[in-house]
Amino acid sequence: MSDIKESAVIKTTIPEQEVVLSLYKSADKIYARSVSGIFHKWRWVMVWATQLFFYGVPWLQWDGRQAMLFDLEAKRFYIFGLIFHPQDLIYLSFLLIVSALALFLFTAVAGRLWCGYTCPQTVYTEIYMWMEQKIEGDRIARMRLDDSQWNLNKITRKSLKQFAWITFGLWTGVTFVGYFSPIRELVPAIFEWQLGGWETFWICFYGFATYGNAGYMREQVCKYMCPYARFQSAMFDGDTMTVTYDEARGEPRGARSKKAGENANGLGSCIDCSICVQVCPTGIDIRNGLQYECIGCGACIDACDDVMDKMGYAKGLIKYTTQNGLENRWTRQQMWRRLLRPRVLVYTAILSALTIGMVVSLYFKPDFRLDVLRDRAMMARYTNEGKIENVYNLKLENDTETTRDYALQVTGLPDISVHISDNNGQPFKGFKPFETRNVIVELQLPDGVTNAGSHKIYFEMTDIASKDTIKEKSVFIVPSN
Amino acid sequence: MNDFVNGFWPIWISTITLGGIAFCVGLLIFASRIKVNVQSDNTNGHEWDGIKEMNNPLPMWWVGLFIITVIFGLAYLFLFPGLGTYNGKFGWTEVKQYEAEVAKNNEKIAPLYAKYAAMPVEEVAKIPEARDIGKRIFLNNCAACHGSDAKGSRGFPNLTDNDWLYGGAPDTIKLTINNGRNGIMPPMAAAVGSEEDVKNVANYVLSLSGSIHDSGRANAGKEKFAVCAACHGPEGKGNQAIGAPNLTDNIWLHGQGEAAIIKRIHEGKNNVMPAWQEKFTPEQIHLLTAYVWGLSKK
Repeated sequence: MSDIKESAVIKTTIPEQEVVLSLYKSADKIYARSVSGIFHKWRWVMVWATQLFFYGVPWLQWDGRQAMLFDLEAKRFYIFGLIFHPQDLIYLSFLLIVSALALFLFTAVAGRLWCGYTCPQTVYTEIYMWMEQKIEGDRIARMRLDDSQWNLNKITRKSLKQFAWITFGLWTGVTFVGYFSPIRELVPAIFEWQLGGWETFWICFYGFATYGNAGYMREQVCKYMCPYARFQSAMFDGDTMTVTYDEARGEPRGARSKKAGENANGLGSCIDCSICVQVCPTGIDIRNGLQYECIGCGACIDACDDVMDKMGYAKGLIKYTTQNGLENRWTRQQMWRRLLRPRVLVYTAILSALTIGMVVSLYFKPDFRLDVLRDRAMMARYTNEGKIENVYNLKLENDTETTRDYALQVTGLPDISVHISDNNGQPFKGFKPFETRNVIVELQLPDGVTNAGSHKIYFEMTDIASKDTIKEKSVFIVPSN
Repeated sequence: MNDFVNGFWPIWISTITLGGIAFCVGLLIFASRIKVNVQSDNTNGHEWDGIKEMNNPLPMWWVGLFIITVIFGLAYLFLFPGLGTYNGKFGWTEVKQYEAEVAKNNEKIAPLYAKYAAMPVEEVAKIPEARDIGKRIFLNNCAACHGSDAKGSRGFPNLTDNDWLYGGAPDTIKLTINNGRNGIMPPMAAAVGSEEDVKNVANYVLSLSGSIHDSGRANAGKEKFAVCAACHGPEGKGNQAIGAPNLTDNIWLHGQGEAAIIKRIHEGKNNVMPAWQEKFTPEQIHLLTAYVWGLSKK
């Protein structure tokens, strides 16, 4: 660990002798070298998958409306065939718990998979770096451009890059707002200058956040802002796959000619070309071991395998491996065998249970709501015919986009009869989409058929079209005098 | 917003608030002047149990954010209340915001109410939408006593029948809602006479509506009813001018049967309906009147 060498690849070199530094320091700009290889391909697969979803979904239609729309004003979330209301918040909680558990599981198995491949910060940084590279060139070219005097070439390239970044950022903002305000009306409104104030604000805000985070903050977000980065190490154990440099094989490192062979002059396999450092998006040297800045993206693996190939050495000087696997020189099969350890099994079990539970409960979720409120001031009363009467206020809400009819049945007491004093002739019929009604229901029971006290009864409301039934418990009170 | 009882506490609060901000700024300046010795392996020489402290300086943008929060805090304290009795440049208060939001909402629904306010109650009661608005107001405010179905219960009049204590004309209902009512019956037992007399009068009252009664006692109680007739009328038909109930029908607001009537003669009754004109706008009361009036007009 203590033999960090000065290398020409980092702009600010690590000082050899004692120096005096301040507690604050401007972060050094990282010029990540472009890389190609299997893990880089996988990252781009994830970039395409996540971004096709993000930019594409708002444009999909479903039954004549936007397929995914979070209508804050009407307090309704449309997700394809499902419609959520504020009272369905439990499903959001479930989703967040499932997401968290999935993060735990992936992290326990393969380290910071989320960070390296699917985190928006990584994905957008990847996109922005791609734009940067296309316009300004690769690592060395970018460094030269930054160091050069302002000339026509530099101005052109820099403004082109800004233009590309800002355009992409704004389009991201538009897409984001399109989830909350129908995008097919939003986009034309932009070109007609008809945007509302809040829409403009959020487009600019989200656009600026994308531009700032992916263009400038980059690894700073992971190092200083991200909470997940801090606690993911708690899910690591000796059998977690991490990006690891095989020190035993690589050291002592040193340059050599290609003809000299892998272990010439007592050297290890590492030829100290420093390309693994140059490609690292967080600017660390993986050869110092696992560090908190490492987001597990595997860029150094791709880079090193490429070099090993060119040198004619075996791949895997830097590879995804586990701590135990590296120490005991296990094969991949032996490592996989450790996959089914208690930690992973528990995560998997809880995750599966919650996911299945959520899907099942979503499938059986009735698409209407019933609340039964007993009249509180009046326990019970006698009608002029001498029957005992209790009054209930039924709040019934149609949560579908079609007109629905319902039917009420009261169970729990055999002789009970339902009276509706509402001046609407068909109180349970013809509910318009999303209509809510208060229907006042009086239940009557002949005197003397049951003992005094409170009796459990059930209001069973059935949607005539879908045959869904909601059963709400309430009580019927029989007075004692 | 000024709950401070003397001049000390506002100063106390302001001192702590501004002192806190000043302390943060001072800390930032102080820390920015500290220099750390860094050795060649990027540690600073501090070591505990073999764990070395490395040099990881805070990035400059973080310092920038810190300064921005200080500026934001001072700007906020200048514009909004936060420093003791100082009300802020904008003069914002929660009450003002609430009133502004209520006013905004009322402005939004005003045209809807205005449309109905111009119509007579009888017309409004025929419009389902208007009835729905009235019903919602009723359920939120009146149903607690009169019941969700407005049929009342013991002590709370039924609004769906045609038996009105004070009269059922739209204007009368409106008056009732606006100003409330206070129905008072004094304890009458002393005026009626002995316990026997009270029992007799009670049976006479029962006979008026053809309820089950002891006809001997009823005849004996007839002349004692004169005391009651002052309010309930010589025939017991009640008096809507003072809200005296009709005793000849089968509607018993405070319980039916001999025992309930005897109790009423002994104890009297002080029944209050609160006034609502403070809580609702005239337009809302207009719709509520229409709803209540419509309940008994099926």
